[in-house]
Amino acid sequence: MSVEPRLVEVRKNVLKQNDVIARALRDRFREAGVFAVSLVSSPGSGKTAFLEKTLTLLYPHCRVAALVGDLATENDAARLARSRAPVKQIQTGTVCHLEAAMVQNALDDWDLNELDFLFIENVGNLVCPSSYDLGEDLRFVLLSVTEGEDKPLKYPTIFNSADVAVITKSDLAAAVEFDEEAARRNILAVRPGMEIFKLSAKTGEGMTEYLEYLERRRVHARTALV
Amino acid sequence: MHELSIAMSIVEIAQEEAERRGRVKVETVHLRLGLLCGVVKEALLSSYEMACEDTPLEGSRLVVEEIPAEVYCPVCEMVRPLSSIQMFTCSECGTPAPTILRGKELEVVALEIRE
Repeated sequence: MSVEPRLVEVRKNVLKQNDVIARALRDRFREAGVFAVSLVSSPGSGKTAFLEKTLTLLYPHCRVAALVGDLATENDAARLARSRAPVKQIQTGTVCHLEAAMVQNALDDWDLNELDFLFIENVGNLVCPSSYDLGEDLRFVLLSVTEGEDKPLKYPTIFNSADVAVITKSDLAAAVEFDEEAARRNILAVRPGMEIFKLSAKTGEGMTEYLEYLERRRVHARTALV
Repeated sequence: MHELSIAMSIVEIAQEEAERRGRVKVETVHLRLGLLCGVVKEALLSSYEMACEDTPLEGSRLVVEEIPAEVYCPVCEMVRPLSSIQMFTCSECGTPAPTILRGKELEVVALEIRE
C-alpha cells in the first residue's frame, strides 16, 4: 500500500441513471405523439381533485391516461378512475418522490400510441421531486390558496424546476384572505416569466383557460417536430 | 428526504470506480453540489455515512464543494451570480434572469484512493 493517497479524476453525474431513463422516456413520448404532464405540490394542495377534473373534462374529447405516485394507498387511483380514463397507481413504498425508472415500469403494458395526454401525479412533496427528471414535456407545480403566499420562497427549487404554476382552490380565496398579488410576485421571483393559472377544480372556475393552454402546448410540441 | 438514495448512488459510483481500478481502497470522495440541485449538504453528509455501512467504502469521507448559482443577465449580457435562491435576478442590476448556467451540479468529481 502506498503511503499517500492518490487523487483520481472521476466526473460522474450522480443522477445520470435517472437522466438516461428520463431521456429515453421523453423520446418515447415524442415518437408516440403523447404529451406528458407531471404534477408536483405539497400534500393536500388539491393535485388529485385537479387531476380528476382535468381527466373528466378531457376524456370525452381526447385520449388521456394518468399515473399516480403515492407512498402506500391506492385511494387516489380509485378517485381518478371515476373519470373513466385509464389510471395506474405507482406505490413508492418509503420513497418520497417518483423516479424515471418507476414511470418506465408503470408504462410497460400501456400502448402510448393510443394516447394524446399522459398525466403523472408525483408524491405530495415540495422538496425531493425537484431533482428527478421524469421525461415529462411540462411540469406543473400546484399551490393552493390555503397554503400561504410565501410557499414559493420557502421551496424555491421545486418552483424553479417547474414550467407552469397553478393556484388551486380559488373558490376558497376570499375565505382565507388569499393575497393573489403576493403569490404571483413570489412565484415570479423564483421563476421569472412563469405561466400562472388560478382555478378551482370544485367550481370549474379557470379550468377552460388552463385546458386551452394545455391543448395549445400539446399541438405546438407535437407539430413542431413533424 | 431523498438524500439517502442520492448517497447510495454516490457510494455505488465510487465503488464501481474502485473496482475498475483493481479494488483499491477509497479514502475520500469529492462531490460537487450545486446550490440549485435540490440536495441538502448536511442531510447528504449524514446519509453518506449510513450508505457506506457494510460496503468497502465504510470509513471513507465525503468532501462536498458547494457550487454557487450563476445566471445569464440579458441586460448586462454577462454571466452573473444569482441574487439569491429566492430571487432569480441579476445580482448587479436586478433584472429577472431565468437562465441558469451554473448551480445544478451533482457530480462525483474525484476520489482519493490507496493502492
